[in-house]
Amino acid sequence: MGSEKRTASEKADFKRELTEVVPHLRAFARGLCGRADMADDLVQETLLKAWAAQERFQPGTSMRAWTFVILRNAYLTDMRRNRFRGEYDETVAERVLTAPAGQEEPIHLSDMHRALLTLPPERREALLLVGAGGFSYEEAANICGCAVGTIKSRVGRARATLNSMLADGSIPKRSIDDDTAHRAILEELDEVAAGQGLASRN
Amino acid sequence: MTSPAPSEGKLPKGTDRMSKKKSESQPEWANGLRQLYDSVVDEPLPDTFKDLLSKLDSKD
Repeated sequence: MGSEKRTASEKADFKRELTEVVPHLRAFARGLCGRADMADDLVQETLLKAWAAQERFQPGTSMRAWTFVILRNAYLTDMRRNRFRGEYDETVAERVLTAPAGQEEPIHLSDMHRALLTLPPERREALLLVGAGGFSYEEAANICGCAVGTIKSRVGRARATLNSMLADGSIPKRSIDDDTAHRAILEELDEVAAGQGLASRN
Repeated sequence: MTSPAPSEGKLPKGTDRMSKKKSESQPEWANGLRQLYDSVVDEPLPDTFKDLLSKLDSKD
């Protein structure tokens, strides 16, 4: 919005909020691109962009939502340049989720992560935002620049896919390495990118 | 159908988390999805980020 310079205290507030949101950016990025090192590169890129664009941030609104839009757009751009291939991060593989009470079989974080990475990107991000990040459908729709109904249906499909994958343990090894799958994903990415986060252009 | 109990205590550090709603039946892995996310949120921040953040001010 306004092009007037921010005061020193507004800048300090911005910086504090930006700092607080870094762990969330890392978590979102890790879910999107699957590899810790690449995810962190993406977060660094996001922080620099957010800092440079700070005058467009409206104080009082959600810093997490605002920075997620920036991260998402950076990710989509990088994806189209073929930097990320949704590679699976081996370090997560060793971690096992402790089964909550009443649940017989522990789900491995690694299975979970791998299953997540096999989803088409727009469903993956929708599920990450709503199911992991705790955003409402409305907030997620705003971040992705699409209709609320679209987000709902993406989340629904993502859940259905994960349900069946995790239920019968048929998680594809690495669908991303498969050329056909990869091409399909890139095509879908173009659609996703066409929605370019509404919240980012203000 | 046992509906899964709400995840224990583990609320994220962020302040704007909207975590009410959704008592619709969740698959058992739903909790895992959140744990996957939270496990990263809870990681100590690598120094590279601290360095980057501290440099932000000085460059304008």
